[in-house]
Amino acid sequence: MKVKVLCRNPDYYLRETKRDIYKVPRNYEPSLHPFEGLREYTRALNAVKLERVFAKPFVGNLDGHQDGVSCFGKHPQRLSLLVSGSYDGEVRLWDLPQQKCVRNFRAHDGFVRGIAFLPDGQQFVTVGDDKTIKMWKTDLPDWGEEEEPTNTYISKSVIMGVSHHQKEPMFATCGELCQVWEEDRNEPIRTFQWGVDSLHDVSFNPIETNLLAACASDRSIILYDTRDIGPIRKVIMTLRSNRLCWNPMEAFIFTCANEDYNLYTFDTRKLKQPLQVHMDHVSAVTAIDYAPTGKEFVSGGYDKSLRIFEHGKSHSRDIYHTKRMQRLTCVLWSMDNKYILCGSDEMNIRMWKARSAEKLGVLRPREKTALNYSEALKRKFGSHPQISRIARHRQVPKHVYHAQKELRTIKLKQKRKEANRRAHSKPGTVPFLSEKKKHIVEEQE
Amino acid sequence: MTRYFLKQESQKDKQKPQNKGNEGSIKELRTFKRPKYKSSIEKSQKEIDALVTVVKYKRKAWRGRKYEDDKLAGARVQAPWNRKSKRVPVPEDKLAHHSRGEGLSGDGIKTDFHQKKLKKHEANIEFSIEQAARAEILLPEESGFLLADEGELTTQFTQQQIASSVDITSATKHFDLHLAEFGPYRMNYSRNGRFLLIGGRRGHVAAMDWVTKKLLCEVNVMEAVYDVQWLHVETMFAVAQKQWVYVYDNQGIELHCIKKLNKILHMEFLPYHFLLATASEEGYLSWLDISIGKMVSQFNTRMGRLNLMTLNPYNAVVCLGHSKGIVTMWSPNVKEPLSKMLCHQHPLQSLAIDSQGQYMATAAVDRTLKIWDVRKLEGPLQQYKLHAVASNLAFSQRGLLAIGMGNVVEVYRDCCQRPADRPYLRHRLFKRIGNMQFCPYEDVLGVASDSGFTSLIIPGSGEPNFDALESNPFQSKSQRRESEVKSLLEKIQPEFITLDPTVITDVHIPTLRDKVEAKKKLLFLKPPKIDFQPRNKSGKKKGTVKVAQTKRIVREEQRREFVKTLKDAGIGEITSPQNTESSSVSVKHKPFTALDRFKPKKKKEEG
Repeated sequence: MKVKVLCRNPDYYLRETKRDIYKVPRNYEPSLHPFEGLREYTRALNAVKLERVFAKPFVGNLDGHQDGVSCFGKHPQRLSLLVSGSYDGEVRLWDLPQQKCVRNFRAHDGFVRGIAFLPDGQQFVTVGDDKTIKMWKTDLPDWGEEEEPTNTYISKSVIMGVSHHQKEPMFATCGELCQVWEEDRNEPIRTFQWGVDSLHDVSFNPIETNLLAACASDRSIILYDTRDIGPIRKVIMTLRSNRLCWNPMEAFIFTCANEDYNLYTFDTRKLKQPLQVHMDHVSAVTAIDYAPTGKEFVSGGYDKSLRIFEHGKSHSRDIYHTKRMQRLTCVLWSMDNKYILCGSDEMNIRMWKARSAEKLGVLRPREKTALNYSEALKRKFGSHPQISRIARHRQVPKHVYHAQKELRTIKLKQKRKEANRRAHSKPGTVPFLSEKKKHIVEEQE
Repeated sequence: MTRYFLKQESQKDKQKPQNKGNEGSIKELRTFKRPKYKSSIEKSQKEIDALVTVVKYKRKAWRGRKYEDDKLAGARVQAPWNRKSKRVPVPEDKLAHHSRGEGLSGDGIKTDFHQKKLKKHEANIEFSIEQAARAEILLPEESGFLLADEGELTTQFTQQQIASSVDITSATKHFDLHLAEFGPYRMNYSRNGRFLLIGGRRGHVAAMDWVTKKLLCEVNVMEAVYDVQWLHVETMFAVAQKQWVYVYDNQGIELHCIKKLNKILHMEFLPYHFLLATASEEGYLSWLDISIGKMVSQFNTRMGRLNLMTLNPYNAVVCLGHSKGIVTMWSPNVKEPLSKMLCHQHPLQSLAIDSQGQYMATAAVDRTLKIWDVRKLEGPLQQYKLHAVASNLAFSQRGLLAIGMGNVVEVYRDCCQRPADRPYLRHRLFKRIGNMQFCPYEDVLGVASDSGFTSLIIPGSGEPNFDALESNPFQSKSQRRESEVKSLLEKIQPEFITLDPTVITDVHIPTLRDKVEAKKKLLFLKPPKIDFQPRNKSGKKKGTVKVAQTKRIVREEQRREFVKTLKDAGIGEITSPQNTESSSVSVKHKPFTALDRFKPKKKKEEG
C-alpha cells in the first residue's frame, strides 16, 4: 500500500516574524474562483461609484485681478507660470503651485485682448484696446528697474487677438485686418483681408507652422498661409465662432467654439462639413483649449460652466461648475495634461483637475495597480446600464438643468414639426439634413 | 570601425598573448618618460591607437516616416505575448482548462483600427490564460493518493491501517468523538476547512478547531437542533432549532434569534451572496441576507415538507429534492422553480452537487443512484444500483463521491464520467449516519452520526493548493478581518442568482434589438384622435373607471394599428438619413393614393 495524505507544513504558509508580510499563496484554478463575472461586475460597480465619490475637481482659486479676466498666456516650457490679462489692462503673472501672484503691472489702457508667449518662453506679447502691441520679459525686472516693455509696436487699426509663430520670430494679430508682424520691425510685414470682416481671434497652427486661422464676425472662419499673399479659404457658418484652437497633435484639425452653443471640429482639408459637432453647452461658448495630448479639449462659455470633451465624441465627458463662477472668458489646459485653468468675468482664475477623480501626488505601486485594475473593469463593464448610468450622471446647476430641458423640448418640437411636414408633403421635397450639415452655410476658396 | 572589429578578431584568435600585451602597455605607460625605451614608447603609442577606436557618427538623411516605421518595426521591442518565446509551450489541455471561451475572430469589424484593437484585446486574454496555466507549475502541494499493491484493493484498507501508515500529523486527522447522549448529530465545516461545527438533536452545539482539537465553544441550547451552519467567518454560526433560527458567535453567545425563519430543517450558506438559504418543515423557502439582516425572499414552494436541500456552488441556485422523485431548483427572484427534473420514480433520499456545478448525484428509496449533468439539465450520465438505500451523499473538491448507507460510508472515485465498479474506500460506523461533508482543502471526510462525529482520512479528496485570497486555512485574525471587508465590498446581489452565472459577461443582444424597435416606434406623427363612447349595454349607469379603461384600451389599439400601417408604408423606417437619401427606398414605399389607380400599370417583371 502506498499512501499519501495532504499535510501542509505551517512553516511554508505562516510568516516567520511579526514584522514579516503575510504569505499569500495563489491558485488560479477556475473552480476555486466561482462567480468570476458577477464579482467583477460588482467590483466595477464599486469602482465607478468610488470614482463619483472622489470626483472633486476644484483645486484652487487665484484672486487678485481688479476686473474680469480676459485672456491667458500659456508658457511653452514652464508649468508653474501663468500669465493673465484683465479688462482693466492689467497683466498678472502667477506662481501656480503656491497659488500666488508674483508680478503685476498695467500693460494697456482698456482691455488686454491677447497674450502670446514667444517659443523660447523668455518674452511674451500682449495686445490691448489701445492699439498697441507690447513685448515683455518673463523674468522679473531687476532691482530698481522699472516695469517696461522691451518693445512696443503701434498698430493703425484695432487689435483683438494675437498669436505667435511656433518657430520663427513672427506673430499675427487680428482686428479689422489680419496682420503678420516680425519681432524686429515696427510695421506689419503682411496684411490679409477678405471682404470687410472684422476678426476677433487668430491662431497659428502649432505643427503646420505657417498656417493661420482666424474667426471673423461675419460668421466665418478664415485660413491663411503666411507664405502666401492672400487668404486660402473660409467657411461660413450660421452663427459666429468665438474662439478657435488647433489640435496640437493633428496638424489639420481645429475646433471652434460657436455662438450657437456648440463646438465644431473641422478638418482643414474638407471644410464643407465639420468632423464632429460637440453639443452640451446651453449658452454661447466663448473659450476653448486643447489638451497637449490632442485627445481632449476643454471649453467654457456663458452658461458659467466648463465642459470637457473627448476628441471625436459629440457629448462632453464632464462638467465643472461652482456656485460663484460667472461667465467664462478664457480656459487653459496645462502642459502636463493634469490641470485646467479658467478665467471668468468675476475676476477670479480657477484651477481644476483635468480628471476629476484623479488622486494628486505620488502613487504607491499597489495604489497604481488597484487604479489600473478598476480602470480596466470600468472599461469592460462600461456599457452595462447600471454602470454607465452612474458614470454619466452629473449634478448640474439649476439654470443649466432648466436650460437643457428647454433646449430638449425645442429640439424635439422642431424635429416633430419637420417629420410632420415630411409626412404630409411630396416625398423628397423635405430632405433630411444631418446635424453636421445644418450649421454650415458655405465654403469659399 | 573596421579596426575595432579587426582588433576583436585578433583578441579572439589569441586571447592570452593579447592580454600580455595589454599588461605591457600599462607598464609602458607608467614608464613613459624614460628615454631608454624609446622603441617601447612608439610601440605603446601604437597600442593606444589600437585601443582607441574612433567611431564616426554620421546622421542619416530623413527618408520619410513610412521608411522609418518599417525600419522600426523590425527592431521594435515586441510585447511579451507577441514575442516568439523560447519558453516551453504549455500543454493544450491545461490551456483549455483555464480558457474563458474561444473569443472573437474580428470578422465583420469594418475598420482596421477597431480590428487591431480587438486583436490586441484578444492577445491580452490569451496571454493571461497562458500565464495562469503556466503558474500551475508553481503550486507547492500535490494531492494525496492511495495505491494498492498487486492483489490488493483499496477498498480493503481500514482507517486504522491508513492512519498507521501515514505521518503522525495526518494520523491525527482520523478521530472519533463519542457523544452518545445528545442524539443524532449534524455537522458543518467552515469554508476554509479549519473549523468544525456539530449540533446534536438534543441541543448539544459545539464549535472547534478540529486540526488542533481546540474547542471554541460548547453549549446546550436546551432545544431540538435540526441543522448547524457556519456563516461567512468562523466567528458566527447559525443553528436551526425547534422553533426558530439562532445565530451564535464563536463563544456560544446568542447574537440573534431570527423569528422569521421558523421550523427550519435545512440551512445552506451562500458565501459570495451573504445569503442564508433555509428550507422549512412547512414548505417555505427563504433567503436571509446576513450582512444587512434583510429577508431577501421568502415564499411557499407548495412542495410539502422540505427535508432535502443542497446548494449548487456554481450558480448559487438552491436545489430541493422531493418525495415524488423530483429535483427542483430555486432562486430568490422567482417564486416558481427555475427547473424541475424528474429524476426517480420513487421518493428521493439524498442529493448532492459537485463543487464545480457539473454533476448532480441523486439517490432514491429504490436503492438507485443517478448522476446528472446539471449544466445541461440532462442525464442520467450514470446509473447505479446500490445494495442499500443511500441516505447521504457528498462530493469532495476533487470529485470523489461519498455515499452514506445506514451506518456504512462508501467513497467512489471517477464515478461521474464512467461507471465505477467498486468503491475506493469503505468504512463502517456503529450508528446511523446523520450527515457528512468533505473537509475543504483536506483529505478528510467528516461524518456525523447518532453517536457523535467521526473524521475519516480519504486520500486524494481535497484540493491541495488553496488560494489565500479566496479562503485560507492559515488565516490570521487581521487577515480574516481584511478578507471579510473585501468580500462584503464585492457581495453579489441576490438578483444575479440564475441558472447561468456567466450571462453578465455576454453581449445582451435582445436589448439592442429592443432599442432599435423603440427607435422605430419613435415617430413624430400624431395618431388621429378617436372620440369613442362605449356603448351602455345594460342601461344602468356604469362606473367611470370602467368606461375610461375601455376608452384607453381602444385608443391604444388604434394607435398601435396606426403605427403599424405607417411602418408598412415605410415611414417607420425613416430613422437614419442614409436610408432616405437613396430615393429608391422612399419611392418603393410610396403610399397608395386614390388617384394612383389612373396611373399606367407597372409591368409584372418589375413588380
